[in-house]
Amino acid sequence: MTKTVQITVNVNGEKYIEDVPLRMNLADFLRTKIGLTGTHVGCEHGVCGACTLFLNGITARSCLALAVQADGAEITTIEGYELEKNATDLIKNFHNRNALQCGYCTPGMLASSIEYIEQGNPADRVKVKEYLSGNYCRCTGYQAIVDAICTTIEERQG
Amino acid sequence: MTGPVSVFDKPTDYIGKSIPRSDAARLLRGQGRYVDDMQLPRMVHAVFLRSPYAHARINSIDVSQAAEAQGVLAVYTGKDIAKHVEPYVGVLSHLPGLRSPAQYPLAVDVARWQGEPVAVVICTTRALGEDAIEIIEVDYEQLPAITDTLDALSPESPLIHDEYDSNLAWKREVEAGNLDQALAQEDVIVVEKQIKFGRHTGVTLETRATVCDYIPGDNELIMYYAGQAPHMLQFILAKHLDMLEENVRVVAHDVGGSFGIKVHTYGDEIATAIIARLLKRPVKFTADRLESFVTDIHARDHFVDAKIGVRKDGSIVGMGFNDFTGIGPFSMYPRTSAIECNQILNLTGAPYRFEHYHAVGNVVFQNKTLMCQYRAVGHPIAMAISDCMIEEAARAIGMDPVQIRRKNLIPDDAYPTKSATGMRFDDLSHHACLDKLLKIMDYDALLVDQKDCLSNGIYRGIGFVSLVEVTNPSPMFYGIGGAPIASQDGATVRLDAAGALHISSSITEQGQGTNAILQQIAADVFGVSIERVKVTTGDTATVPYGGGTWASRGAGIGGEAMLLASHALKEQVLDTAAVILQAKPEQLDISFGEIIIKESGEKKISLGDLAKIVYYRGNELPHDLKPELIATRHYRVTDFPFVFTNGAMAAHVEVDTNTGIIKILHFWAVEDCGRVINPQLVDDQIRGGVVQGIGGALYEECVYDAEGQMQNASMADYLVPMAGEMPEITVAHIETYTKTSILGAKGAGEAGTGGAPAAIMNAVNNALAPLDCGMWQMPMTPERVLRTLGKIN
Repeated sequence: MTKTVQITVNVNGEKYIEDVPLRMNLADFLRTKIGLTGTHVGCEHGVCGACTLFLNGITARSCLALAVQADGAEITTIEGYELEKNATDLIKNFHNRNALQCGYCTPGMLASSIEYIEQGNPADRVKVKEYLSGNYCRCTGYQAIVDAICTTIEERQG
Repeated sequence: MTGPVSVFDKPTDYIGKSIPRSDAARLLRGQGRYVDDMQLPRMVHAVFLRSPYAHARINSIDVSQAAEAQGVLAVYTGKDIAKHVEPYVGVLSHLPGLRSPAQYPLAVDVARWQGEPVAVVICTTRALGEDAIEIIEVDYEQLPAITDTLDALSPESPLIHDEYDSNLAWKREVEAGNLDQALAQEDVIVVEKQIKFGRHTGVTLETRATVCDYIPGDNELIMYYAGQAPHMLQFILAKHLDMLEENVRVVAHDVGGSFGIKVHTYGDEIATAIIARLLKRPVKFTADRLESFVTDIHARDHFVDAKIGVRKDGSIVGMGFNDFTGIGPFSMYPRTSAIECNQILNLTGAPYRFEHYHAVGNVVFQNKTLMCQYRAVGHPIAMAISDCMIEEAARAIGMDPVQIRRKNLIPDDAYPTKSATGMRFDDLSHHACLDKLLKIMDYDALLVDQKDCLSNGIYRGIGFVSLVEVTNPSPMFYGIGGAPIASQDGATVRLDAAGALHISSSITEQGQGTNAILQQIAADVFGVSIERVKVTTGDTATVPYGGGTWASRGAGIGGEAMLLASHALKEQVLDTAAVILQAKPEQLDISFGEIIIKESGEKKISLGDLAKIVYYRGNELPHDLKPELIATRHYRVTDFPFVFTNGAMAAHVEVDTNTGIIKILHFWAVEDCGRVINPQLVDDQIRGGVVQGIGGALYEECVYDAEGQMQNASMADYLVPMAGEMPEITVAHIETYTKTSILGAKGAGEAGTGGAPAAIMNAVNNALAPLDCGMWQMPMTPERVLRTLGKIN
């Protein structure tokens, strides 16, 4: 059960070559092997969305992907959203609008928000809520998160 | 309360402003410090084997194979762990008659709920540890599972604890006037209902986690803890592991949501501390989500027989109920599992004036996960009993739900006053909140919309709740009953040599914004820019002694302590400045980090320069001047057992009579939490609380089968509120400052959860009234709605 395989991944613009157990998931790899603990694990069932990150440019649940599947991949995590995803304004709006309390859902919330905005979607509250429906937040009641995303879209549209 | 009220009249005006939380900047960049993020040198992992049965005798446990498995350092059974711990008992002396047997961290001879730990493997990785627990062989003898609360009380029921004559843990009766006689009067209309409240749980996104480390040279145990009450846990670890309290340090950094779930004593966490001490190395335990569902405390689980009597004019004659609640096999230590029921007995009907009350609470053992205090303890049940019965009575006499409230709510000018059962109220504003609520929701327009919709076959309803919330608890809450739970909190404020403030407090942060409001209060009262205030909370080694954050006490109690400490330090600094400047202290003030002349605003010396004189060049000061640039103050509520807040809320719903789906169209909340320190933080506390209340009302339920197996113990099966279904929530405030403190702040964290379920049930029943039926069971699932409508059997 402890057979390891060497993988090469690029995370937030940095290259890592690591031996990983075959059964280790991508979230555990990031958290325990390379010390990027900003990605959180909430359910390990792909339901809560906390572990969501960008795998080759598309959001993915890092609890449902094995680290070995990410061999050769480009990964962007919350630690890289400002630089790699130009999300400084979104992060500022999350901060100013209090769109997080405990911060545990935040990595996944930001990932889904960035993707929603990148796809050119509108500042439409109903659509934003639908898009976020795979991200569980126990603290905020979601309203502040929707506010922060809509504000960012409106600001970018000028 | 008398004191420096002038603290609010100053230029550095942060109290009352929506200032973004400084620590959110870190969390938004993936730089949180949650327990599971920690990796210490030589750290190993604790992985627990848990009982698959709700009730089973453990005949034997064979760990020999597991002990030899790859990566395994040690394996302990419940019996092994029991040798190193004094068992705990979840009773309090101010709840007379409450009984619960001694409990060990792991089951010893009998497992009494599905998920109770029976053995633990210590392993180099979590994954290898999970492999190893698979090969532990336990010989279980299954015993009858007692799951239904009412059946558990039948004389024929098997017993969960042989030493007791029944499965009853506690019973309390509260009576005022003579309810039966009063309701028997000819002109009294009596409404009776049975109301069921499902069992649900907290589902904090960060699961429970601890890293425990032991330093043999210091004989020091350090527990890194995802929790709310570090000093309480310090006492508990010291007492039950037979250590000196000063040799136990409990540290809470970032906590990923708590809501009461993380304020209790869990066997797996205590066992982790024991093992760290035995192995003399760091041990991590992080519950996975499947473990969380069957080991985190559950909440609610009430069956209530309720009645209310009103006269034709809408005046309430009296109300009463018999509550049965299942708490699992033990009363949780140290807060007990009787507090929720006790709150229901105390709080039901609290917003209203009436004479006759008779309430009985029955707290019952059963073979399910332990039940204990979760956000809004007892409030959702108490508010639903009174407000859903009141609206049902209003329907019976053909009165508007607002009118019946206006008739019976305690008048805003009647305070201080007492309820029929002796609850003491002050500084409440039920009528003002209701008035504001009606204005922001435009009740009249909603009534027109409701009529229009009904004519098109669309069933919309409007429901209300007028609520009280218990906040700022005094020693009468736990301390009086012998629990090691501080009711007072401390704050320390220190001026450093660069003119910045370092503040620390015994209240804790789990995302509410505790640290932010402490910074606001200190910066405002003392007179520095908020960017120059560094805050420390959560570490028993460095913060003053106090209770932590629970029962909506952080802002009201911890905030007041911070106000007092900041003001004390300001006086000390001004005394020193007066000597340096050859002025009188009362002529001086502090503003944005500068000592100024109060009258003219002229800047005289910066705090940094003053501190440098004190710290580095004391030779420039007179010998008899001994400046203290640090101040500590503590605060506890003395005037009342706790400080009640109040509010009024309304839900607008649409019930799809074909699918049974209830859609919440909008929700409004008006809350009077006294002085609002940070409006944005308070509003989002209310919103988050309302959404948790929506969860309990519509979605969340721990479903058990007759064998005591939880059927939906995963996030794929247990429904929590997600963004797509959540309404917009409009929040407004009435601010009636509590006279118990200078700050005047009451708690705000639990009102939403306490009030929302009643408002939603009322709205649903308002919608269903034209169909002559109503919902009296939460969660109000589509299936239950369709049953009520007679569309399915």
